[in-house]
Amino acid sequence: MSYICTFSRAGIRSSPSLLAGRRTFASTSRLRNTLAILEHKDGELISRSLNVLTAASKLNKPVTAFLAGSASKGVASKVASLSGVSKVLVAANAAYDKNLPENYAPLLQENIKKEGITHVVTSHSAFGKNMVPRLAALLDVQPVSDVMGIEGEDVFVRPIYAGNIIATVKSTDPIKILTIRGTAFAPAAPNSSTAPIEEAVDPNTEASAEWVAENLAVNERPDLSSAERVVSGGRGLKDQASFDKIMTPLADALGAAIGASRAAVDAGYADNSLQVGQTGKVVAPQLYLAVGISGAIQHLAGMKDSKVIAAINKDADAPIFQVADVGLVGDLFTVTPELTEKLKSQK
Amino acid sequence: MATPLRIIVPVKRVIDYAVKPRLNSAKTAVETAGVKMSMNPFDELSIEESLRLRAKLGQSTVPDILAVSLGSAKSADTLRTAMAMGADRALLIEEDSEIEPLVVAKALGKVVEKENCNLVIVGKQSIDDDAGQTGQMLAGILGWPQAIQASKVEVLDGGWVQVVKEVDGGTETVKAKLPMVITTDLRLNEPRYASLTNIMKAKRKPIEKKKLSDFGLSAIKRLETLKLAEPKPRQGGGKVDSVDGLLSRLKELGAI
Repeated sequence: MSYICTFSRAGIRSSPSLLAGRRTFASTSRLRNTLAILEHKDGELISRSLNVLTAASKLNKPVTAFLAGSASKGVASKVASLSGVSKVLVAANAAYDKNLPENYAPLLQENIKKEGITHVVTSHSAFGKNMVPRLAALLDVQPVSDVMGIEGEDVFVRPIYAGNIIATVKSTDPIKILTIRGTAFAPAAPNSSTAPIEEAVDPNTEASAEWVAENLAVNERPDLSSAERVVSGGRGLKDQASFDKIMTPLADALGAAIGASRAAVDAGYADNSLQVGQTGKVVAPQLYLAVGISGAIQHLAGMKDSKVIAAINKDADAPIFQVADVGLVGDLFTVTPELTEKLKSQK
Repeated sequence: MATPLRIIVPVKRVIDYAVKPRLNSAKTAVETAGVKMSMNPFDELSIEESLRLRAKLGQSTVPDILAVSLGSAKSADTLRTAMAMGADRALLIEEDSEIEPLVVAKALGKVVEKENCNLVIVGKQSIDDDAGQTGQMLAGILGWPQAIQASKVEVLDGGWVQVVKEVDGGTETVKAKLPMVITTDLRLNEPRYASLTNIMKAKRKPIEKKKLSDFGLSAIKRLETLKLAEPKPRQGGGKVDSVDGLLSRLKELGAI
């Protein structure tokens, strides 16, 4: 073991702030709270917020769940009975319905001050990526992105360089602000007790941006980020018609979500929102089946924590085979339909 | 007449996207000696977008495109590339130690004020730190509206800018009045290659040099790196030669 590893491990164990936190937990717990910012849509909690609650619980402080928007009261009653939630704060104001950071970040800022919050946790989703850095700037804090491990109240693990390096960092800010990688934390389960619901303070900051429209892919399949199985197509699919013709039945046969490589997305075979990789979604399903994907490092960044990786590619030297638990070298246009048929007949 | 756009484009020098980064032998930092460095790919999109805005709206509406970089003296190379692509001038804020996004955002905030700019187009993330924070922090510091992960930017009448953003599950469109901060996503455009002529011309364009201290800032770090490690490499499990072989292996692994 290198010097730096030994040193840093010792550093974590004997960190005075960690020990102090444990010793004085009871007396200061009122001032040492975690705020979990949760996402909801159409009156339902978004599933990745369950992972946020688990990550928040790992900080060993009372967790206040935060919801904003006109539907937030209804969602709050469901959140109140989730494991690890000690209080729910609600800003039931339609001004926050579109999650505009220009008014939502000041709302968070006010509540963090009022509640004596020391830790803020939300998802490293489009919501968290948009909201958190702006909030952090308002609080003069350097946030920690895409946290995949919590090793103490101020020590966090995150990937850098497309997941090729794993960094363990210690935050010296008075408030720690994290966006978490959903796949690294289990979802929170329901609880028998019910937490109280309170109204948040609302500064009613005017948003300087306006929401115009959204265009979301209508999708009957499991959500890509949380699916148990993912089938992903790449440039090898050749065009959009064959992408749909090959990948859709395969996904149906496996009950899987569909993903895509950047090459497939750029070429227009698949929607942008299906991109798996460093700049797209990060997935860690039980099974990741890569079809016609070579395995560039940017793609591997988004899927290499999958439990089992399988690959179909005609190029025996494709880098994907270096990470695949099982690889089939062959023409995807013949072997994939064969695989689909055999999967169906096994049902 | 359209509202003039005075654009700042922050650019970062990073390890080239095609290089697999390695830790140095002491495992204290990522090895950069002898490693190919390039402009962060998202920053190329920022430059390209500002040039396309100029092409569409005219030189008089987009009179100035300033490329700014914070980093070592070698970041001048990245600024030359930005100018070879078409940026008018460049500012290098020289600092040898690592700078966190909060400090970068604060420095950019000072540059914005000094240059009286009204549009910052910044990459959505740098491919080294993968933080994805700088643009949003800058918007927060300035109190400007923000539109992140842009895949389409349209300048409307009256100083309004409409942006299509990539979000989970599709796109979202927002609009805001200038000044504002936009961060670029891969789908925004296809960056141009600088021609040899333009590379030669860029050598004569000015690079202004400053230090962080000129803005009353220092590269103080809020995040202390305790440890860097390479993830445990995944071992490929070998190949099979038939669909039946694939199915039986997946069953053994409990994946189906």
